[in-house]
Amino acid sequence: MKRLYLPSHEWVLADQAPHAVGISDHAQHALGDIVFVVLPAVGDPVTQGERFGDVESVKAVSELISPLSGKVVAVNEALLSAPETLNQDPLGTWIIQVEGTVNEASLIDEATYLAMDKD
Amino acid sequence: MSQLIFERSVTGRRGIRLPDYDCPAVNLDDTQLRSTTPRLASVSEVDVTRHYMALSRQAFGVDNGFYPLGSCTMKHNPKINDHMASLAGFTGIHPTQNLETVEGALELMDGLQRDLCEVTGMDAFTLQPSAGAHGEFTGLLLIRAYHQSRNDTKRTKVIVPDSAHGTNPASANMAGYSVVSIPSNPQGGVDVEALKAVLSDEIAALMLTNPNTLGLFDPNIAQIADLVHQVGGLLYYDGANLNAIMGQVRPGDMGFDVVHLNLHKTFSTPHGGGGPGSGPVGVKGLLMPFLPEGTLIDKTYPKLPKSIGRMRSYFGNFLVNVRAYTYIQSLGGEGLAEASFMAVLNANYLMERLKAHYPVAYPGTCMHEFVLSLQDLKDSTGVRAMDLCKAMLDNGIHPPTMYFPLIVHEALMIEPTETESKETLDDFADMMIGFKEKAISDPDFFKNAPYTTPVKRVDDVLAARKPILKASL
Repeated sequence: MKRLYLPSHEWVLADQAPHAVGISDHAQHALGDIVFVVLPAVGDPVTQGERFGDVESVKAVSELISPLSGKVVAVNEALLSAPETLNQDPLGTWIIQVEGTVNEASLIDEATYLAMDKD
Repeated sequence: MSQLIFERSVTGRRGIRLPDYDCPAVNLDDTQLRSTTPRLASVSEVDVTRHYMALSRQAFGVDNGFYPLGSCTMKHNPKINDHMASLAGFTGIHPTQNLETVEGALELMDGLQRDLCEVTGMDAFTLQPSAGAHGEFTGLLLIRAYHQSRNDTKRTKVIVPDSAHGTNPASANMAGYSVVSIPSNPQGGVDVEALKAVLSDEIAALMLTNPNTLGLFDPNIAQIADLVHQVGGLLYYDGANLNAIMGQVRPGDMGFDVVHLNLHKTFSTPHGGGGPGSGPVGVKGLLMPFLPEGTLIDKTYPKLPKSIGRMRSYFGNFLVNVRAYTYIQSLGGEGLAEASFMAVLNANYLMERLKAHYPVAYPGTCMHEFVLSLQDLKDSTGVRAMDLCKAMLDNGIHPPTMYFPLIVHEALMIEPTETESKETLDDFADMMIGFKEKAISDPDFFKNAPYTTPVKRVDDVLAARKPILKASL
Protein backbone atom coordinates (compact mmCIF):
# COMPACT_ATOMS: atom_id res chain seq x y z
CA MET A 1 0.00 0.00 0.00
CA LYS A 2 1.56 3.25 -1.12
CA ARG A 3 0.25 6.13 1.02
CA LEU A 4 1.31 9.64 -0.08
CA TYR A 5 0.64 12.92 1.76
CA LEU A 6 0.01 16.60 1.21
CA PRO A 7 1.67 19.13 3.56
CA SER A 8 -1.92 19.97 4.63
CA HIS A 9 -2.17 16.43 6.10
CA GLU A 10 -4.45 14.60 3.65
CA TRP A 11 -3.35 11.21 2.31
CA VAL A 12 -4.09 9.27 -0.89
CA LEU A 13 -3.48 5.62 -1.68
CA ALA A 14 -1.47 5.86 -4.90
CA ASP A 15 -1.37 2.19 -5.87
CA GLN A 16 -5.10 1.36 -5.70
CA ALA A 17 -7.71 2.58 -8.15
CA PRO A 18 -10.02 4.24 -7.41
CA HIS A 19 -7.80 6.16 -5.02
CA ALA A 20 -8.91 6.43 -1.38
CA VAL A 21 -8.37 9.83 0.28
CA GLY A 22 -8.28 10.53 4.03
CA ILE A 23 -6.56 12.57 6.73
CA SER A 24 -3.44 11.76 8.73
CA ASP A 25 -3.18 10.77 12.37
CA HIS A 26 -1.45 14.08 13.01
CA ALA A 27 -4.42 15.93 11.47
CA GLN A 28 -7.04 14.19 13.60
CA HIS A 29 -4.91 14.74 16.68
CA ALA A 30 -4.42 18.45 15.95
CA LEU A 31 -8.12 18.95 15.17
CA GLY A 32 -9.32 17.23 18.32
CA ASP A 33 -12.80 15.70 18.48
CA ILE A 34 -14.28 15.83 14.98
CA VAL A 35 -18.00 16.57 15.14
CA PHE A 36 -19.09 17.18 11.55
CA VAL A 37 -17.94 16.47 8.01
CA VAL A 38 -18.97 18.18 4.76
CA LEU A 39 -18.60 15.81 1.81
CA PRO A 40 -18.76 16.28 -1.97
CA ALA A 41 -21.23 14.31 -4.11
CA VAL A 42 -20.40 11.29 -6.25
CA GLY A 43 -19.53 12.61 -9.70
CA ASP A 44 -18.07 15.90 -8.47
CA PRO A 45 -14.71 16.87 -9.98
CA VAL A 46 -11.80 17.41 -7.59
CA THR A 47 -8.58 19.28 -8.30
CA GLN A 48 -5.25 18.64 -6.67
CA GLY A 49 -4.53 21.36 -4.09
CA GLU A 50 -8.14 22.54 -3.93
CA ARG A 51 -10.88 22.08 -1.33
CA PHE A 52 -13.23 19.11 -1.64
CA GLY A 53 -14.94 19.28 1.75
CA ASP A 54 -14.61 20.36 5.39
CA VAL A 55 -14.03 18.76 8.75
CA GLU A 56 -15.36 20.51 11.82
CA SER A 57 -13.98 19.91 15.29
CA VAL A 58 -14.99 21.54 18.55
CA LYS A 59 -12.16 24.01 17.91
CA ALA A 60 -12.55 25.01 14.28
CA VAL A 61 -13.65 24.18 10.74
CA SER A 62 -10.83 23.08 8.42
CA GLU A 63 -10.83 22.58 4.68
CA LEU A 64 -10.10 19.19 3.17
CA ILE A 65 -7.66 19.57 0.29
CA SER A 66 -7.56 17.02 -2.51
CA PRO A 67 -4.21 15.28 -3.08
CA LEU A 68 -5.16 14.45 -6.69
CA SER A 69 -7.31 15.58 -9.59
CA GLY A 70 -10.13 13.48 -10.94
CA LYS A 71 -13.74 12.53 -10.26
CA VAL A 72 -15.34 11.43 -7.00
CA VAL A 73 -16.67 7.87 -7.43
CA ALA A 74 -17.51 7.06 -3.81
CA VAL A 75 -18.24 9.06 -0.66
CA ASN A 76 -18.03 7.67 2.88
CA GLU A 77 -21.50 8.69 4.00
CA ALA A 78 -21.13 6.79 7.29
CA LEU A 79 -18.98 9.74 8.41
CA LEU A 80 -22.06 11.97 8.44
CA SER A 81 -23.51 10.08 11.40
CA ALA A 82 -20.20 8.86 12.89
CA PRO A 83 -17.53 11.55 12.27
CA GLU A 84 -15.60 10.23 15.29
CA THR A 85 -14.38 7.36 13.06
CA LEU A 86 -11.84 9.84 11.68
CA ASN A 87 -10.42 10.27 15.20
CA GLN A 88 -10.45 6.57 15.99
CA ASP A 89 -8.90 5.19 12.80
CA PRO A 90 -7.67 7.99 10.51
CA LEU A 91 -5.56 5.76 8.26
CA GLY A 92 -8.25 3.09 7.96
CA THR A 93 -11.03 5.58 7.19
CA TRP A 94 -11.32 6.91 3.67
CA ILE A 95 -13.39 10.05 3.11
CA ILE A 96 -13.76 9.90 -0.66
CA GLN A 97 -12.55 7.66 -3.48
CA VAL A 98 -11.36 9.34 -6.64
CA GLU A 99 -10.87 8.13 -10.17
CA GLY A 100 -7.90 10.03 -11.52
CA THR A 101 -4.16 10.24 -11.75
CA VAL A 102 -1.91 10.61 -8.74
CA ASN A 103 0.97 12.98 -9.44
CA GLU A 104 3.35 11.10 -7.16
CA ALA A 105 6.27 13.49 -7.58
CA SER A 106 4.20 16.36 -6.12
CA LEU A 107 3.32 14.46 -2.93
CA ILE A 108 5.24 13.43 0.18
CA ASP A 109 6.06 9.76 0.86
CA GLU A 110 4.95 8.28 4.18
CA ALA A 111 8.38 8.02 5.84
CA THR A 112 9.20 11.64 5.00
CA TYR A 113 5.75 12.84 6.13
CA LEU A 114 6.00 11.08 9.49
CA ALA A 115 9.47 12.50 10.08
CA MET A 116 8.42 16.04 9.09
CA ASP A 117 8.28 18.88 11.59
CA LYS A 118 4.52 19.48 11.37
CA ASP A 119 2.45 22.49 12.31
CA MET B 1 -30.51 24.32 34.71
CA SER B 2 -33.38 26.62 35.58
CA GLN B 3 -36.95 26.08 34.47
CA LEU B 4 -38.28 27.46 31.22
CA ILE B 5 -40.97 30.10 31.57
CA PHE B 6 -43.41 27.55 30.09
CA GLU B 7 -42.58 25.11 32.85
CA ARG B 8 -43.67 27.72 35.38
CA SER B 9 -47.04 28.08 33.64
CA VAL B 10 -50.20 27.27 35.64
CA THR B 11 -53.51 27.27 33.80
CA GLY B 12 -55.57 30.32 34.67
CA ARG B 13 -52.80 32.26 36.37
CA ARG B 14 -52.13 35.70 34.94
CA GLY B 15 -50.20 38.86 35.56
CA ILE B 16 -52.86 41.51 35.18
CA ARG B 17 -56.64 41.50 35.33
CA LEU B 18 -58.36 43.50 32.62
CA PRO B 19 -61.60 45.36 33.37
CA ASP B 20 -64.85 44.08 31.91
CA TYR B 21 -65.72 45.22 28.38
CA ASP B 22 -67.66 48.44 28.37
CA CYS B 23 -68.22 48.53 24.63
CA PRO B 24 -70.23 46.29 22.27
CA ALA B 25 -68.51 43.04 21.28
CA VAL B 26 -67.67 42.45 17.61
CA ASN B 27 -68.20 39.02 16.14
CA LEU B 28 -65.45 37.87 13.79
CA ASP B 29 -66.07 35.05 11.35
CA ASP B 30 -64.06 31.84 11.45
CA THR B 31 -61.64 32.90 8.70
CA GLN B 32 -60.40 35.69 10.95
CA LEU B 33 -60.04 33.61 14.08
CA ARG B 34 -57.18 31.33 15.07
CA SER B 35 -58.10 27.69 15.24
CA THR B 36 -55.85 27.10 18.26
CA THR B 37 -55.10 29.35 21.19
CA PRO B 38 -51.61 30.88 21.20
CA ARG B 39 -49.08 28.99 23.30
CA LEU B 40 -48.25 31.53 25.96
CA ALA B 41 -47.14 30.88 29.51
CA SER B 42 -49.79 31.59 32.18
CA VAL B 43 -47.74 33.22 34.90
CA SER B 44 -48.05 36.05 37.39
CA GLU B 45 -45.99 39.21 37.21
CA VAL B 46 -43.83 38.14 40.13
CA ASP B 47 -43.14 34.80 38.40
CA VAL B 48 -42.00 36.61 35.27
CA THR B 49 -39.86 39.05 37.23
CA ARG B 50 -38.11 36.34 39.22
CA HIS B 51 -37.66 34.15 36.17
CA TYR B 52 -35.82 36.80 34.18
CA MET B 53 -33.91 38.13 37.18
CA ALA B 54 -32.64 34.60 37.78
CA LEU B 55 -31.59 34.29 34.14
CA SER B 56 -29.83 37.65 34.23
CA ARG B 57 -27.75 36.47 37.20
CA GLN B 58 -26.57 33.50 35.16
CA ALA B 59 -25.30 35.75 32.37
CA PHE B 60 -21.84 37.30 32.35
CA GLY B 61 -20.90 40.62 30.80
CA VAL B 62 -18.17 43.21 31.04
CA ASP B 63 -20.18 44.86 33.83
CA ASN B 64 -19.71 41.66 35.89
CA GLY B 65 -15.97 41.21 35.59
CA PHE B 66 -12.77 41.05 33.53
CA TYR B 67 -13.48 39.94 29.96
CA PRO B 68 -10.16 39.73 28.03
CA LEU B 69 -11.73 38.16 24.93
CA GLY B 70 -9.10 38.68 22.23
CA SER B 71 -10.17 40.49 19.07
CA CYS B 72 -13.49 41.46 20.66
CA THR B 73 -12.35 44.59 22.55
CA MET B 74 -14.60 44.11 25.57
CA LYS B 75 -13.91 47.54 27.02
CA HIS B 76 -16.13 49.23 29.59
CA ASN B 77 -19.11 50.96 27.99
CA PRO B 78 -19.44 54.34 29.72
CA LYS B 79 -22.94 54.84 31.15
CA ILE B 80 -23.19 58.31 29.65
CA ASN B 81 -23.54 56.53 26.27
CA ASP B 82 -26.75 54.88 27.47
CA HIS B 83 -27.98 58.12 28.96
CA MET B 84 -27.63 59.90 25.62
CA ALA B 85 -29.24 57.00 23.77
CA SER B 86 -32.25 57.20 26.08
CA LEU B 87 -33.01 60.87 25.35
CA ALA B 88 -36.56 61.27 24.09
CA GLY B 89 -35.38 63.21 21.06
CA PHE B 90 -33.64 60.04 19.86
CA THR B 91 -35.97 57.31 21.14
CA GLY B 92 -39.22 59.03 20.22
CA ILE B 93 -38.60 59.52 16.50
CA HIS B 94 -39.71 57.33 13.64
CA PRO B 95 -37.62 56.46 10.58
CA THR B 96 -40.33 57.57 8.16
CA GLN B 97 -40.64 61.06 9.63
CA ASN B 98 -39.88 63.92 7.28
CA LEU B 99 -36.19 64.80 7.39
CA GLU B 100 -36.87 68.38 8.47
CA THR B 101 -38.43 67.05 11.68
CA VAL B 102 -35.37 64.97 12.67
CA GLU B 103 -32.56 67.41 12.10
CA GLY B 104 -30.93 66.56 15.42
CA ALA B 105 -30.61 62.92 14.42
CA LEU B 106 -29.21 63.91 11.01
CA GLU B 107 -26.73 66.23 12.70
CA LEU B 108 -25.56 63.38 14.91
CA MET B 109 -25.16 60.89 12.06
CA ASP B 110 -23.36 63.49 9.95
CA GLY B 111 -21.04 64.29 12.85
CA LEU B 112 -20.33 60.61 13.48
CA GLN B 113 -19.53 60.02 9.81
CA ARG B 114 -17.13 62.98 9.80
CA ASP B 115 -15.41 61.81 12.99
CA LEU B 116 -15.01 58.28 11.63
CA CYS B 117 -13.52 59.73 8.43
CA GLU B 118 -11.04 61.67 10.55
CA VAL B 119 -10.05 58.63 12.64
CA THR B 120 -9.60 56.35 9.62
CA GLY B 121 -8.43 58.71 6.88
CA MET B 122 -11.38 57.87 4.63
CA ASP B 123 -13.45 60.23 2.45
CA ALA B 124 -16.98 59.04 3.24
CA PHE B 125 -18.83 56.67 5.57
CA THR B 126 -22.08 54.76 5.49
CA LEU B 127 -23.71 53.90 8.82
CA GLN B 128 -25.99 51.23 7.34
CA PRO B 129 -24.22 47.94 8.10
CA SER B 130 -25.51 46.28 11.27
CA ALA B 131 -22.24 44.77 12.48
CA GLY B 132 -18.73 43.77 11.42
CA ALA B 133 -19.36 40.91 9.01
CA HIS B 134 -22.21 42.87 7.43
CA GLY B 135 -19.71 45.70 6.95
CA GLU B 136 -17.25 43.31 5.32
CA PHE B 137 -19.91 42.10 2.92
CA THR B 138 -20.86 45.72 2.12
CA GLY B 139 -17.21 46.65 1.52
CA LEU B 140 -16.68 43.72 -0.83
CA LEU B 141 -19.82 44.57 -2.81
CA LEU B 142 -18.42 48.11 -3.19
CA ILE B 143 -15.13 46.68 -4.50
CA ARG B 144 -17.04 44.46 -6.90
CA ALA B 145 -19.16 47.36 -8.17
CA TYR B 146 -15.99 49.41 -8.70
CA HIS B 147 -14.28 46.74 -10.83
CA GLN B 148 -17.47 46.04 -12.78
CA SER B 149 -17.98 49.74 -13.50
CA ARG B 150 -14.60 49.64 -15.26
CA ASN B 151 -15.52 46.47 -17.18
CA ASP B 152 -12.70 44.81 -15.29
CA THR B 153 -14.44 41.45 -15.04
CA LYS B 154 -11.41 39.17 -14.78
CA ARG B 155 -11.04 39.87 -11.07
CA THR B 156 -12.54 36.84 -9.34
CA LYS B 157 -10.21 36.38 -6.37
CA VAL B 158 -9.73 37.93 -2.95
CA ILE B 159 -6.52 37.35 -0.96
CA VAL B 160 -6.83 36.63 2.75
CA PRO B 161 -3.90 35.87 5.11
CA ASP B 162 -4.03 32.68 7.19
CA SER B 163 -4.24 34.72 10.41
CA ALA B 164 -7.46 36.46 9.31
CA HIS B 165 -10.81 36.33 11.08
CA GLY B 166 -12.98 33.58 9.58
CA THR B 167 -15.52 36.18 8.54
CA ASN B 168 -13.09 37.53 5.89
CA PRO B 169 -13.10 34.47 3.61
CA ALA B 170 -16.80 33.95 4.35
CA SER B 171 -17.67 37.51 3.29
CA ALA B 172 -15.53 37.25 0.16
CA ASN B 173 -17.28 34.02 -0.72
CA MET B 174 -20.73 35.57 -0.18
CA ALA B 175 -19.74 38.45 -2.46
CA GLY B 176 -19.01 35.92 -5.21
CA TYR B 177 -15.24 35.76 -4.95
CA SER B 178 -12.97 32.78 -4.58
CA VAL B 179 -10.51 33.05 -1.72
CA VAL B 180 -6.74 32.78 -1.98
CA SER B 181 -5.09 32.14 1.39
CA ILE B 182 -1.51 33.26 1.96
CA PRO B 183 0.77 32.21 4.83
CA SER B 184 2.23 34.39 7.56
CA ASN B 185 5.97 35.00 7.73
CA PRO B 186 8.03 33.86 10.75
CA GLN B 187 7.41 37.23 12.42
CA GLY B 188 3.64 36.79 12.11
CA GLY B 189 3.08 39.37 9.35
CA VAL B 190 2.10 38.93 5.71
CA ASP B 191 4.65 36.81 3.80
CA VAL B 192 5.44 39.38 1.10
CA GLU B 193 7.02 36.83 -1.25
CA ALA B 194 3.94 34.59 -0.96
CA LEU B 195 1.79 37.65 -1.66
CA LYS B 196 3.79 38.50 -4.79
CA ALA B 197 3.38 34.93 -6.02
CA VAL B 198 -0.45 35.17 -6.04
CA LEU B 199 -0.81 38.75 -7.33
CA SER B 200 -2.24 39.08 -10.82
CA ASP B 201 -4.92 40.91 -12.77
CA GLU B 202 -7.41 38.38 -11.36
CA ILE B 203 -7.09 39.84 -7.84
CA ALA B 204 -10.01 42.04 -6.78
CA ALA B 205 -8.70 42.85 -3.29
CA LEU B 206 -6.54 41.96 -0.33
CA MET B 207 -8.34 41.85 3.03
CA LEU B 208 -6.10 42.71 5.95
CA THR B 209 -6.44 43.26 9.68
CA ASN B 210 -3.65 45.52 10.97
CA PRO B 211 -2.63 44.93 13.67
CA ASN B 212 -3.50 41.34 12.89
CA THR B 213 -5.04 38.65 15.08
CA LEU B 214 -1.62 37.92 16.60
CA GLY B 215 -1.65 41.49 17.93
CA LEU B 216 1.18 42.50 15.59
CA PHE B 217 1.38 45.60 13.43
CA ASP B 218 2.63 44.69 9.96
CA PRO B 219 5.73 46.82 9.29
CA ASN B 220 5.53 46.06 5.55
CA ILE B 221 2.07 47.57 5.13
CA ALA B 222 3.17 50.34 2.74
CA GLN B 223 4.93 47.85 0.46
CA ILE B 224 1.97 45.45 0.64
CA ALA B 225 -0.44 48.24 -0.34
CA ASP B 226 1.78 49.25 -3.27
CA LEU B 227 2.06 45.68 -4.53
CA VAL B 228 -1.72 45.15 -4.51
CA HIS B 229 -2.43 48.53 -6.12
CA GLN B 230 0.18 47.88 -8.83
CA VAL B 231 -1.86 44.93 -10.14
CA GLY B 232 -5.10 46.93 -9.94
CA GLY B 233 -6.44 45.36 -6.74
CA LEU B 234 -7.95 47.26 -3.83
CA LEU B 235 -7.14 47.07 -0.12
CA TYR B 236 -9.78 46.16 2.43
CA TYR B 237 -9.16 47.07 6.09
CA ASP B 238 -10.85 44.89 8.69
CA GLY B 239 -11.34 47.35 11.55
CA ALA B 240 -11.66 44.67 14.25
CA ASN B 241 -8.37 45.75 15.81
CA LEU B 242 -8.64 49.52 15.35
CA ASN B 243 -8.50 49.91 19.13
CA ALA B 244 -4.72 49.47 18.91
CA ILE B 245 -4.11 52.37 16.52
CA MET B 246 -7.01 54.79 16.99
CA GLY B 247 -5.60 58.31 16.99
CA GLN B 248 -2.08 57.07 16.19
CA VAL B 249 -2.09 55.99 12.54
CA ARG B 250 -4.87 55.83 9.94
CA PRO B 251 -5.83 52.97 7.60
CA GLY B 252 -6.41 55.53 4.84
CA ASP B 253 -2.81 56.70 5.15
CA MET B 254 -1.56 53.09 5.06
CA GLY B 255 -3.13 52.75 1.59
CA PHE B 256 -6.46 51.09 2.37
CA ASP B 257 -9.37 51.90 0.06
CA VAL B 258 -12.25 50.61 2.17
CA VAL B 259 -12.62 49.93 5.88
CA HIS B 260 -15.27 48.61 8.21
CA LEU B 261 -15.33 49.50 11.88
CA ASN B 262 -16.92 47.66 14.77
CA LEU B 263 -18.44 50.45 16.85
CA HIS B 264 -19.33 47.80 19.46
CA LYS B 265 -15.60 47.16 19.90
CA THR B 266 -13.53 50.29 19.44
CA PHE B 267 -16.19 52.88 20.20
CA SER B 268 -17.55 51.37 23.40
CA THR B 269 -21.08 50.45 22.42
CA PRO B 270 -22.43 47.24 23.99
CA HIS B 271 -21.86 43.93 22.27
CA GLY B 272 -25.27 43.02 23.58
CA GLY B 273 -26.55 39.47 23.48
CA GLY B 274 -25.12 39.00 20.03
CA GLY B 275 -26.31 42.41 18.97
CA PRO B 276 -27.15 44.92 17.92
CA GLY B 277 -23.74 46.05 16.83
CA SER B 278 -22.85 48.60 14.22
CA GLY B 279 -20.39 48.13 11.36
CA PRO B 280 -20.01 51.40 9.43
CA VAL B 281 -18.03 51.26 6.20
CA GLY B 282 -15.66 54.00 5.10
CA VAL B 283 -14.35 54.46 1.58
CA LYS B 284 -11.90 56.50 -0.43
CA GLY B 285 -13.33 58.72 -3.13
CA LEU B 286 -13.09 56.10 -5.87
CA LEU B 287 -15.73 53.95 -4.14
CA MET B 288 -18.12 56.75 -3.14
CA PRO B 289 -20.45 56.45 -6.17
CA PHE B 290 -21.29 52.88 -5.16
CA LEU B 291 -22.24 53.49 -1.50
CA PRO B 292 -25.51 51.88 -0.33
CA GLU B 293 -28.83 53.60 -0.94
CA GLY B 294 -29.82 55.26 2.30
CA THR B 295 -26.35 56.66 2.99
CA LEU B 296 -26.43 60.14 4.48
CA ILE B 297 -24.47 62.58 2.32
CA ASP B 298 -24.46 66.26 3.31
CA LYS B 299 -27.35 65.62 5.71
CA THR B 300 -29.66 64.30 3.04
CA TYR B 301 -30.32 60.97 1.34
CA PRO B 302 -29.57 61.49 -2.33
CA LYS B 303 -30.38 59.00 -5.09
CA LEU B 304 -27.19 57.11 -5.90
CA PRO B 305 -27.54 55.76 -9.47
CA LYS B 306 -24.49 53.49 -9.24
CA SER B 307 -25.27 52.29 -5.71
CA ILE B 308 -24.88 48.65 -4.68
CA GLY B 309 -28.39 49.03 -3.25
CA ARG B 310 -29.68 49.00 0.29
CA MET B 311 -27.86 46.87 2.84
CA ARG B 312 -30.70 47.03 5.35
CA SER B 313 -33.81 48.98 6.24
CA TYR B 314 -33.65 52.62 7.23
CA PHE B 315 -30.54 54.13 8.81
CA GLY B 316 -28.55 51.40 10.54
CA ASN B 317 -28.65 50.68 14.28
CA PHE B 318 -29.23 54.32 15.12
CA LEU B 319 -29.10 54.20 18.92
CA VAL B 320 -25.84 52.25 18.78
CA ASN B 321 -24.47 55.05 16.64
CA VAL B 322 -25.67 57.59 19.23
CA ARG B 323 -23.58 55.75 21.84
CA ALA B 324 -20.48 55.72 19.63
CA TYR B 325 -20.80 59.44 18.89
CA THR B 326 -21.17 60.13 22.61
CA TYR B 327 -17.96 58.18 23.25
CA ILE B 328 -16.03 60.10 20.59
CA GLN B 329 -17.33 63.45 21.81
CA SER B 330 -16.60 62.71 25.46
CA LEU B 331 -13.03 61.57 24.80
CA GLY B 332 -12.11 63.98 22.02
CA GLY B 333 -9.20 63.41 19.66
CA GLU B 334 -6.56 63.32 22.38
CA GLY B 335 -8.67 61.04 24.52
CA LEU B 336 -9.08 58.53 21.68
CA ALA B 337 -5.31 58.51 21.14
CA GLU B 338 -4.74 58.00 24.87
CA ALA B 339 -7.23 55.12 24.90
CA SER B 340 -5.34 53.21 22.19
CA PHE B 341 -2.03 54.01 23.90
CA MET B 342 -3.31 52.57 27.18
CA ALA B 343 -4.80 49.52 25.41
CA VAL B 344 -1.36 48.70 23.99
CA LEU B 345 0.37 49.41 27.31
CA ASN B 346 -2.04 47.14 29.22
CA ALA B 347 -1.54 44.29 26.74
CA ASN B 348 2.24 44.58 26.90
CA TYR B 349 2.20 44.73 30.70
CA LEU B 350 0.14 41.56 30.92
CA MET B 351 2.27 39.80 28.30
CA GLU B 352 5.46 40.68 30.18
CA ARG B 353 4.03 39.25 33.40
CA LEU B 354 2.96 36.00 31.72
CA LYS B 355 5.67 35.28 29.17
CA ALA B 356 8.00 33.43 31.57
CA HIS B 357 5.15 31.04 32.40
CA TYR B 358 3.45 30.52 29.03
CA PRO B 359 5.25 30.89 25.67
CA VAL B 360 4.17 33.89 23.59
CA ALA B 361 3.43 32.63 20.07
CA TYR B 362 5.21 35.51 18.32
CA PRO B 363 7.51 37.21 20.85
CA GLY B 364 8.23 40.92 20.71
CA THR B 365 6.30 44.05 21.55
CA CYS B 366 2.60 43.46 20.94
CA MET B 367 -0.17 45.89 20.13
CA HIS B 368 -3.55 45.68 21.90
CA GLU B 369 -3.54 41.88 22.30
CA PHE B 370 -1.18 38.92 22.34
CA VAL B 371 -1.39 35.19 21.79
CA LEU B 372 -0.05 32.54 24.16
CA SER B 373 0.47 28.92 23.14
CA LEU B 374 -0.42 26.32 25.78
CA GLN B 375 0.92 23.45 23.67
CA ASP B 376 3.83 22.83 26.09
CA LEU B 377 1.42 22.77 29.04
CA LYS B 378 -0.84 20.31 27.23
CA ASP B 379 2.10 18.06 26.32
CA SER B 380 3.50 18.02 29.86
CA THR B 381 0.30 17.93 31.95
CA GLY B 382 -2.59 17.04 29.64
CA VAL B 383 -4.32 20.30 30.60
CA ARG B 384 -5.65 21.98 27.46
CA ALA B 385 -6.37 25.65 26.81
CA MET B 386 -10.04 24.73 27.10
CA ASP B 387 -9.55 23.23 30.59
CA LEU B 388 -7.65 26.26 31.84
CA CYS B 389 -10.43 28.52 30.56
CA LYS B 390 -13.09 26.50 32.36
CA ALA B 391 -11.25 27.10 35.64
CA MET B 392 -11.25 30.86 35.01
CA LEU B 393 -15.05 30.81 35.21
CA ASP B 394 -14.82 29.89 38.89
CA ASN B 395 -12.74 33.04 39.42
CA GLY B 396 -15.39 35.30 37.86
CA ILE B 397 -13.35 35.94 34.73
CA HIS B 398 -14.54 35.50 31.18
CA PRO B 399 -11.90 33.41 29.37
CA PRO B 400 -9.83 34.84 26.53
CA THR B 401 -10.44 33.75 22.93
CA MET B 402 -9.37 30.11 22.53
CA TYR B 403 -8.01 28.11 19.61
CA PHE B 404 -7.68 31.23 17.45
CA PRO B 405 -5.81 32.28 15.41
CA LEU B 406 -5.68 28.81 13.90
CA ILE B 407 -1.96 29.03 13.17
CA VAL B 408 -1.14 28.88 16.91
CA HIS B 409 -1.64 25.56 18.74
CA GLU B 410 -3.63 25.66 21.99
CA ALA B 411 -3.95 29.40 21.48
CA LEU B 412 -5.16 31.86 24.10
CA MET B 413 -5.67 35.31 22.65
CA ILE B 414 -5.74 37.94 25.37
CA GLU B 415 -6.97 41.52 24.96
CA PRO B 416 -7.27 43.38 28.27
CA THR B 417 -8.35 46.77 26.77
CA GLU B 418 -7.50 50.21 28.17
CA THR B 419 -10.33 50.31 30.69
CA GLU B 420 -8.85 47.72 33.08
CA SER B 421 -6.80 48.82 36.06
CA LYS B 422 -3.34 47.54 36.98
CA GLU B 423 -4.94 45.72 39.92
CA THR B 424 -7.23 43.77 37.58
CA LEU B 425 -4.33 42.89 35.30
CA ASP B 426 -2.22 41.77 38.27
CA ASP B 427 -5.05 39.63 39.63
CA PHE B 428 -5.38 37.92 36.24
CA ALA B 429 -1.63 37.40 35.93
CA ASP B 430 -1.42 35.99 39.47
CA MET B 431 -4.28 33.62 38.69
CA MET B 432 -2.62 32.43 35.46
CA ILE B 433 0.73 31.87 37.17
CA GLY B 434 -1.02 29.95 39.95
CA PHE B 435 -2.85 27.86 37.33
CA LYS B 436 0.47 26.81 35.82
CA GLU B 437 1.67 25.42 39.16
CA LYS B 438 -1.65 23.73 39.84
CA ALA B 439 -1.75 22.19 36.36
CA ILE B 440 1.52 20.43 37.18
CA SER B 441 0.51 19.30 40.68
CA ASP B 442 -3.19 18.56 40.09
CA PRO B 443 -4.16 18.38 36.39
CA ASP B 444 -7.49 16.68 37.16
CA PHE B 445 -8.67 19.82 38.92
CA PHE B 446 -8.79 21.55 35.52
CA LYS B 447 -10.37 18.67 33.65
CA ASN B 448 -13.48 18.85 35.84
CA ALA B 449 -13.76 22.65 36.17
CA PRO B 450 -15.85 24.77 36.52
CA TYR B 451 -17.24 23.98 39.97
CA THR B 452 -19.24 27.06 41.01
CA THR B 453 -21.12 28.10 37.85
CA PRO B 454 -24.87 27.46 37.34
CA VAL B 455 -23.96 25.05 34.51
CA LYS B 456 -20.93 22.83 35.21
CA ARG B 457 -18.69 21.16 32.59
CA VAL B 458 -20.71 20.61 29.42
CA ASP B 459 -20.04 17.84 26.93
CA ASP B 460 -19.34 20.02 23.90
CA VAL B 461 -18.45 17.03 21.71
CA LEU B 462 -21.77 15.31 22.37
CA ALA B 463 -23.62 18.60 21.89
CA ALA B 464 -21.99 19.07 18.49
CA ARG B 465 -22.34 15.47 17.33
CA LYS B 466 -25.87 14.83 18.59
CA PRO B 467 -27.47 18.25 18.88
CA ILE B 468 -31.04 18.50 20.15
CA LEU B 469 -32.32 21.42 18.14
CA LYS B 470 -35.94 21.56 19.26
CA ALA B 471 -37.95 21.02 22.37
CA SER B 472 -41.70 20.68 22.69
CA LEU B 473 -43.15 23.05 25.22
